[in-house]
Amino acid sequence: MASEDSTVISLVEKASEGDRRSVGRLLTLVERGGVSAEKVAEVTHPLSGKSHVIGITGAPGAGKSTLTACLARDLAVSEYKPAILAVDPSSPLTGGAILGDRVRMEEASEAGAFIRSMATRGHAGGLALAVPGMVRVFDAFGFNPIIIETVGVGQVEVDVASAADTVVVVVTSGWGDAVQANKAGLLEIADLFVVNKADRPGASDARRDLELMIDLSQLTGQATRRPDIVMTTATEGEGLDELKKTISGHREFLLQEEQILVRRSKRWKAEVRSQLDFLLSEVAKESIEDLEEKEGSSPGSVAREIAKNILKKDELR
Amino acid sequence: MNKKENEPIRIVLAKLGLDGHDRGLKVVARMLRDAGMEVVYLGLRQTTEMVVTAVEQEDADVVGISMHNAGHLTLAPRIVKALEDAGLDVPVVVGGIVPDSDLDAMTEAGVAGVLGPGASAEDVATCVREAVDARGE
Amino acid sequence: MDEKKEFRTMSGVPVGSVYGDEPLPGEFPYTRGIHSGMYRDRLWTMRMFAGFGTAEDTNVRFKELLRAGGTGLSTAFDMPTLMGRDSDDEWSIGEVGRAGVAIDTLDDMIDLFADIDLGQVSTSMTINGPAAILLAMYVAVAEQGGVERSKLNGTLQNDILKEYQAQKEYIFPPQPSVRLVSDVVSFTTHEMPSWNPISISGYHIREAGSTAAQELAFTLANGFAYVEAAQSAGLNVDDFAPRLSFFFNSHSDFFEEVGKFRAARRIWARWLRDRYSAKDERSHKLRFHTQTAGVSLTAQQPEINIARVAIQALAGVVGGTQSLHTDSYDEALALPTEDAARIALRTQQIVAHETGVTSVADPLGGSDYVEWMTDEMERQAEEIFKHLEELGDGSILEGVYAGIENGWFVGEIADAAYRFEREVNSGDRLIVGVNSFTEGGEENHDLLSIDPGTEDTQLKRLAEIKQSRDSDLVEKALNRLSSEASDPEINLMPAIIEAVKVRATEGEIVQALESIFGTYVEKAFV
Repeated sequence: MASEDSTVISLVEKASEGDRRSVGRLLTLVERGGVSAEKVAEVTHPLSGKSHVIGITGAPGAGKSTLTACLARDLAVSEYKPAILAVDPSSPLTGGAILGDRVRMEEASEAGAFIRSMATRGHAGGLALAVPGMVRVFDAFGFNPIIIETVGVGQVEVDVASAADTVVVVVTSGWGDAVQANKAGLLEIADLFVVNKADRPGASDARRDLELMIDLSQLTGQATRRPDIVMTTATEGEGLDELKKTISGHREFLLQEEQILVRRSKRWKAEVRSQLDFLLSEVAKESIEDLEEKEGSSPGSVAREIAKNILKKDELR
Repeated sequence: MNKKENEPIRIVLAKLGLDGHDRGLKVVARMLRDAGMEVVYLGLRQTTEMVVTAVEQEDADVVGISMHNAGHLTLAPRIVKALEDAGLDVPVVVGGIVPDSDLDAMTEAGVAGVLGPGASAEDVATCVREAVDARGE
Repeated sequence: MDEKKEFRTMSGVPVGSVYGDEPLPGEFPYTRGIHSGMYRDRLWTMRMFAGFGTAEDTNVRFKELLRAGGTGLSTAFDMPTLMGRDSDDEWSIGEVGRAGVAIDTLDDMIDLFADIDLGQVSTSMTINGPAAILLAMYVAVAEQGGVERSKLNGTLQNDILKEYQAQKEYIFPPQPSVRLVSDVVSFTTHEMPSWNPISISGYHIREAGSTAAQELAFTLANGFAYVEAAQSAGLNVDDFAPRLSFFFNSHSDFFEEVGKFRAARRIWARWLRDRYSAKDERSHKLRFHTQTAGVSLTAQQPEINIARVAIQALAGVVGGTQSLHTDSYDEALALPTEDAARIALRTQQIVAHETGVTSVADPLGGSDYVEWMTDEMERQAEEIFKHLEELGDGSILEGVYAGIENGWFVGEIADAAYRFEREVNSGDRLIVGVNSFTEGGEENHDLLSIDPGTEDTQLKRLAEIKQSRDSDLVEKALNRLSSEASDPEINLMPAIIEAVKVRATEGEIVQALESIFGTYVEKAFV
């Protein structure tokens, strides 16, 4: 639709001139999905590809938001222009959410970081749909690095991680976190582990456990690079410099080894996959809307019939 | 921008000035979450600049300000003006302790809605929705 | 008071001073009261909280309250003063003199107590972050009026821990703030023996939404924390514990409140004697001030708040409070008018002189329900102490710091507040006038309005003082303060007293301390 397109164009123009309000509105269009989101993707794609995208995740209580806030503030105060996408869960019952990450990042915000709070909004894979598009908006308008912060160690987090170049997983001392991270599959995709609250007893044990798990996964997996481990005490600002260096180090690695292309290609593919999943799930929803239970047919066989129809195939694998 | 159906309202909640009573603000945050809204919670001791920045970056639909210290007569007009000056067409709802005798002053200052003490969850959600709808027209 | 005086009911029936079982009032662990005679010997102090506008305005209200029969003063400061900021600070715009009286310099303090003999009156000052500064000013005013500091009677709230948990009027981070609190405790222990250097408060915790048991437990835990802090600063517990005082809320559920007050005394006595090895019985006796629950006042049909306050006041008295403030009926909307404050004071006087409850100490003692409630409050509190001890690896002080740091206190309080709100919303809990019995009470009540000229007046005055004072002396005093603040071994009170005497402003003194202590930024937990 022409008028929506021209809205997008004019917002992009203003955003290129540095108008943050327009960036905010573009982000909303992406989050909303649909035609305008596609237009935004189309226009921002050629402008993007320069920023370092960092995903930070970890179990609640690991001190992840303190860490992210400190990191963001440090970056903002130096020569960077960071953007943070802070993701919080929506209530499955009501669809609402309390987005309380921004309030922890006042210093970063005052130093010039752009902070956008995002709710998961409940629909399956929805986050994975919107996040890459929002990252692209930030990338297109010169925000660098772009930090995606999620809480938890579940599927949502793994999905979000697929939008990042560098995936940081924050754990704290205590057996639980490392195990959880392993279960969620974060071990396979983590580029860097942070053991926070390093001043507490058990921190070095946590580090050792992580090393062991990494060893095991390296034996079986196809990881090209062994993940780093950094010890921090976010509340004291300790370990922050090392963290920054290690993140930059990973970026260097990506650039030098052309891993960046591999990574970007993975990200692109993951985004295509999310979009496809979404479209197909919409089709699936429509297909079963008026369906009635058939005597003697198992749900599995009904589904196969429908799929054959949709795909116009005679047989399914 | 008009909200599409099912798209949650995004509201920035804050207290301006020095007052530290945030019980009401936290309760309202939960009420609005339970009413299906996305609440960007800024909390205590915010300046008008911080609120404006948040509205811009979060592309908020409405701002909710909580006042308990008789500061509303000074601070409510200031936030309305600050939003206008920044070119943000976003309504402001004021909640907390606002005597009836000050309601006219609030309307004159451009405040879109006032919620008194004892407002129920329904009152709060309705007031916010109405403020957003009125601005969208 | 006549020792032989007989106490009779309204109908002439003589009544004994106490009924029921041991331990009796005045006997360890003081569940039934800290004095054997309780109100027969002396009524609680009728201490009405007041403050608004300029110091001159509040001075007038102070004198009115004393004339009307109030027996102690209690000072409410405005938000800028509470937060350690001067009236000309950019954050103070619109707030000068609105929630309390504006105090920037010693001259304001002198006006506040004009024509009031500080040697005769007991004064409470409700202030926390900058409490040391206001105490220094009070001492300076008294000395200027010829009253020695050792003769001064009163209380400083000075309870910084609850600020991080509930009221949020903090300035510096927890550890240096507790150092300041200890300095005040130490200073008064040596130089102001009749002064209560701290009023460990549950009122604000309850107002923020906690349950009765949480109010009880968080308050006492803070008390234990201060004891541990003072002990590690080298003080002997019996040197300072007798002057620690408390401040509780009195809410509407009558018997829950009475049980809470009785449990408070019992818990404190046991912990001080057994855990902290206090030997002096005065260290074991928990003394407290009570304020009726502000949060229970409704804006709808405000006149019915008079009934609420009366019942809450009765709970405080039957619970054995040493001092009481009753809220005014119009306070859901504004600071009290003179008339409303008078009614609130009269409410106390009715309880004291017409109801007969003062003839018997702990009159509800022995009631199965009340004894059970007391035990139950104690049980719930002990669970919370256990949690804090775990959090702190055996130290309540460390547990409290940790609970502040990780948001445990504010989380518990916010959850309780939300539960309550939902009960009211769903109609499970009825609030008269709000979600039930809503007809009536439409007339507009005259509310106190603060003269809009107050801010200008105060700003002018502040500017004049800054002009006329000796700025070299001020600079010297502030430098002394900053350098002494860096050394945790030095008590800061003498330097603060010197600074206020040369007319350093409250904000300047706070900044000098902030430059060393840092500023506290709350990690918000929603």
